[in-house]
Amino acid sequence: MSDPILSVRDLSIAYRTGRKESVTAVSGIDLDLYEGQSLALVGESGCGKTTLGLGLLRLLPNLGEITSGSLTYRLKDGSRADLLQMKKEPLRRFRWNEAAMVFQGAMNAFNPVIRIFDHFADTLRDHADGKKWTKAAVEARAGELLETVRLDPDRVLQSYPHELSGGMKQRALIALAIALDPQVLVLDEPTTALDLLTQRSIVQQLHELRKKFGFTMVFITHDLGLAAELADRVATMYAGRIIETGSARDIFYDPKHPYTAGLINAVMPVKGDRPALESIPGYPPSLKAMPDGCAFNPRCAFATDACKQDRVPLSLLTERPSGMDHSVACLHHDQVRLARSATDQLASFVEGESANV
Amino acid sequence: MSNAPLLKLSGMEQVFETKKGPVPAVGGVDLEVKPGKVLCLVGESGCGKTTTARAAAGLTKPTAGTVEFRGKNLAEMTAAERGQYRRAVQYIHQDPYAALNPTRTVFSTLSAGLKKHGIVKNRTEARAKAAELLQLVDLTPPESYLDSYPHQLSGGQRQRVNVARSLALNPDLLICDESTSMLDVSIRVSLLNTLGRLRDELDVGFLFITHDLAVAKYFAWDGEIAVMYLGKVVEHGPTPEVIGNPQHPYTKALIGAVCEPDPDLAKANRSAEQLRSAEIPSLRDLPAGCAFHPRCPAFEPGLCDAAEPPLQATPSRRKLSCHVVHRDLQRATPDATLTFDAVPGSRRPETESAL
Repeated sequence: MSDPILSVRDLSIAYRTGRKESVTAVSGIDLDLYEGQSLALVGESGCGKTTLGLGLLRLLPNLGEITSGSLTYRLKDGSRADLLQMKKEPLRRFRWNEAAMVFQGAMNAFNPVIRIFDHFADTLRDHADGKKWTKAAVEARAGELLETVRLDPDRVLQSYPHELSGGMKQRALIALAIALDPQVLVLDEPTTALDLLTQRSIVQQLHELRKKFGFTMVFITHDLGLAAELADRVATMYAGRIIETGSARDIFYDPKHPYTAGLINAVMPVKGDRPALESIPGYPPSLKAMPDGCAFNPRCAFATDACKQDRVPLSLLTERPSGMDHSVACLHHDQVRLARSATDQLASFVEGESANV
Repeated sequence: MSNAPLLKLSGMEQVFETKKGPVPAVGGVDLEVKPGKVLCLVGESGCGKTTTARAAAGLTKPTAGTVEFRGKNLAEMTAAERGQYRRAVQYIHQDPYAALNPTRTVFSTLSAGLKKHGIVKNRTEARAKAAELLQLVDLTPPESYLDSYPHQLSGGQRQRVNVARSLALNPDLLICDESTSMLDVSIRVSLLNTLGRLRDELDVGFLFITHDLAVAKYFAWDGEIAVMYLGKVVEHGPTPEVIGNPQHPYTKALIGAVCEPDPDLAKANRSAEQLRSAEIPSLRDLPAGCAFHPRCPAFEPGLCDAAEPPLQATPSRRKLSCHVVHRDLQRATPDATLTFDAVPGSRRPETESAL
């Protein structure tokens, strides 16, 4: 694989909380994303995953600010550009043509007083690079996209957002995001608040769209099941930093950070037997009062004095191609195990099944 | 304590009158909750889970059928009996952010019910009792929480305060409406473990509502699950049976749709059977026959769209409403039980050779 489509170096993002105060929500992110990959940013509320996702497109709200780092994209024409240096007009052209976002909460992402058609028309006209979008052209493009996500264009384009169900809105939103064929798509909690069966159909649709359009995907989720379903790569975030990153198989079958392992151990399986589950003790730290050393040390069973001294940087465990290296920020990673591996669970399930039959 | 049900819903129906016509949110359900046991209601949004819970809590009056608490019909209770019922049944809401009064401290929230029902005589007693409650839900030390306001607490801590409030009056029955769905994974497990302890130690019965089958399985393992679809129960039985060996096509679809944190399993299941339609029909315009037939992969014309399937007992220890399953059971009794593919999406690629 060639050079990355997106390189993030030492990215930090802070929110102003007062005239001279601010809290750092995301710090020191390094990330290389290669064409066609799908990366999941996982973590619990407040870990900075949404802030990082918004930061990747410079879409932070007014109080948020990128305080350091660089964000280099490889554009469609092959040139490279640092997003943080971009002026307003190039930035507007960049968004949607090069990278687009599907915001959290399909219910509220559309303007409730204009029809779906007008959302497509506004987006295409506003972000298009010199192309004239006539009504017929918009209809043709929108119709094609809606059909790919299995919606009926004639009905949906004439509808107001409230006339569509949650799943239909989410699908229309995804169709809208890829309207100008972006190379990178950032999705924030794409299936949260949707019903189980609707979630499943969105997941299926995203697989198909990736196959068809080949975009690179970053998606933000707290649902590890969804990450296993959609991601090639996973990055776990805790207290504003990436604390473990690797291929989906490395992360799910052999996590090396106690927090990642804790998250996976806390997932309740539906298939197989019912293990007793352990939760991670305590609560995540406040951004205003971050513990010294490793931010996870107050909740960690492996913590020693060394963990309370200096922040633990990510270190490489296993080298893999195309940025899939398994790296972890933990001094005691060699002691971390999953409570029960997935294979164990399935083995016991199979035994149970044969006993029943 | 006897084995008589705490709560009994018989033929309970709830029809809401709207400008666009009547909406039958719940179309006749029969359910029971026993002391120290869990009954879990699962289903998608709009299936009538919350409406059922609200009627059980006496917050709405069912349009037909009865709700009985300890054998007494709710509609015929005297004021004194109703007071007792109100004390004995408590409700834990979904949203920990909205359920607490933002202008009251934790102590004030917890002591309101205690004072109202005359359980405590003075402030010292109230504080001691409130501290005890906080300890029960693992908010320790209680002193550091008593004088906090909700905005100073995290979502998980707030939901624990909600649980503590519902326990203040020593309830016999807790109705939990999606009480853990807004919490993070790690916090959810610890809250469920706390609730499980209350169930086992204090013999509290639970009517537990969730859309999350994993939560249902985890919490109601020794209890029962009732799967609802468009206002009706479609499959109802002991949790290990319903989750481990679902029979109704709708239950199968729900279980198959769960994403498990296992990339290989996920990849193997990408080609799993799809529903015929992703959209839920409107309650105002229910399909003829079985309400699930427009989406059902096992749909058979002439059978499923003709008459509504009754909820009947099957040999596999559960009640079920599906024409196809019941017919197949009658035709071929010996091998109508379980195959490995009974749970769609349980097959991992590596294990295929092993079988």
